[in-house]
Amino acid sequence: MKSRVYLNFDKSMVTKPVIWQLAKEFAVITNIRTAEVKEDMGLVGLEIEGETDIVEAAVKWLEAQDGVHVEPIEQNVIEG
Amino acid sequence: MSESIVRALKCRECGQEYKIEPIHVCEYCFGPLEVVYDYDKLEGKFTRELIESRPQTMWRYKELLPIDGEPQVGANNGFTPLIRAKNLEKVLGVKELYIKNDSVCYPTLSFKDRVVAVALSKAVEFGFKTVACASTGNLAGSVAANAAAAGLESYVFIPEDLEQGKVLGAGIFGTNIIGIKGQYDDVNRLCSEVAGKYGWAFVNVNVRPFYAEGSKSMGYEIMEQLGWKAPKHVVTPMASGSLCTKIDKSIKEFIKLGLVEDNGTAVYGAQATGCSPISKSVKDGTDMIHPVKANTIAKSLAIGNPADGFYANRVIKESGGWSEDVTDEEVITAMKLLAETEGIFAETAGGVTLGCAQKMIESGKLPRDESIVLCITGNGLKTQEAVINEVTKPRIIGASLKEFDVLAEADGVASN
Repeated sequence: MKSRVYLNFDKSMVTKPVIWQLAKEFAVITNIRTAEVKEDMGLVGLEIEGETDIVEAAVKWLEAQDGVHVEPIEQNVIEG
Repeated sequence: MSESIVRALKCRECGQEYKIEPIHVCEYCFGPLEVVYDYDKLEGKFTRELIESRPQTMWRYKELLPIDGEPQVGANNGFTPLIRAKNLEKVLGVKELYIKNDSVCYPTLSFKDRVVAVALSKAVEFGFKTVACASTGNLAGSVAANAAAAGLESYVFIPEDLEQGKVLGAGIFGTNIIGIKGQYDDVNRLCSEVAGKYGWAFVNVNVRPFYAEGSKSMGYEIMEQLGWKAPKHVVTPMASGSLCTKIDKSIKEFIKLGLVEDNGTAVYGAQATGCSPISKSVKDGTDMIHPVKANTIAKSLAIGNPADGFYANRVIKESGGWSEDVTDEEVITAMKLLAETEGIFAETAGGVTLGCAQKMIESGKLPRDESIVLCITGNGLKTQEAVINEVTKPRIIGASLKEFDVLAEADGVASN
């Protein structure tokens, strides 16, 4: 399966190699499709491809990282 | 005039074009897709006279909305009053103030009836039988009502702890309501997965590019109701930031088509301080939107990571506008001010818009001597809990004229 997410990096995480670490921990193909990195914030559009359970575990791992916010690529699906 | 002028869906980031399908992000860069038009095809055909000859609904501008032919859903939606707010002008010390009052939008009393009408019309054209949304209020009611009237099956996803009044506002229309346990982010993520997995038209996911275009009708109406003039300044509430960008687009389109003159319209954004990622980015002079955890009574604007935040920020800056935010107390004060001066009971988002406008007038960001339009997007009857303890309680008397006479005398009211 392929999962598409936006990763928001807080200032504390901007310089950390999170995506490299993800690919080391899980057997997934990481494919950066868009990115903008500034001093106090980073934004990456990432495609993660692999076996369904491994991709799901990889996304959970990302969600568990302090200072990394995982969003669907739609961002706000819920509206007022 | 029935030929559609819709050209394609175009990525707002990389410019890649796609044919008209229920898709919403660019396959290359994940950028959002937007409907683009061949305006040249309308040259000389889309006139003020043609528009004025049509029924007073949002569809009198149908050539600029992304449907084929006639609307399939929501044929009576839109065309709300634009009122000159004379009493409020005096209080705020401004020369020319208008209120675009979507708190009385047909059929569910919010501007969401505009976007939903386009989304569901397009969904029917695409052949969908089921429509869906994830919402904490106005959108849920609008999807449920418009789907019911169109004979479509609907699913509405809500956080499980949503207030009873809001559940009722969607449930009465016979929709399938699904309450989801969990934090906002979890609910958001699940809804994205559901939208991807089931063959439904999820209004703000796979038909979002069409859905968002419906907001433009609010801008068209403002310009027509001002006597075919663009306002100098327009203030919009911001949740995802979409309305702000679409009001700007509507003005640019009317200018391009020669329906109004370029008035150098500046667009302003309003947020609640408890959820103000776009306002903060404008004030900080950056274009990066930092996601926040929302904490405000203005729940219809409580989107911590707004999808159109970047684009709203750009529109505000490029048009020469500004953005402000107000506390919950200021929201309530502004709701009361609007009600007491103009007889309009707006939802909390309306308090945000007026409160921010007031702040920007006082700071000089909004000039006092030029025309200002405030966009009021929802009805106060839906957010009564926000003001329930703020309104004057009735004075209780017995059923006797004597008792009323005493009260009237205390008020200084003379009898005949």
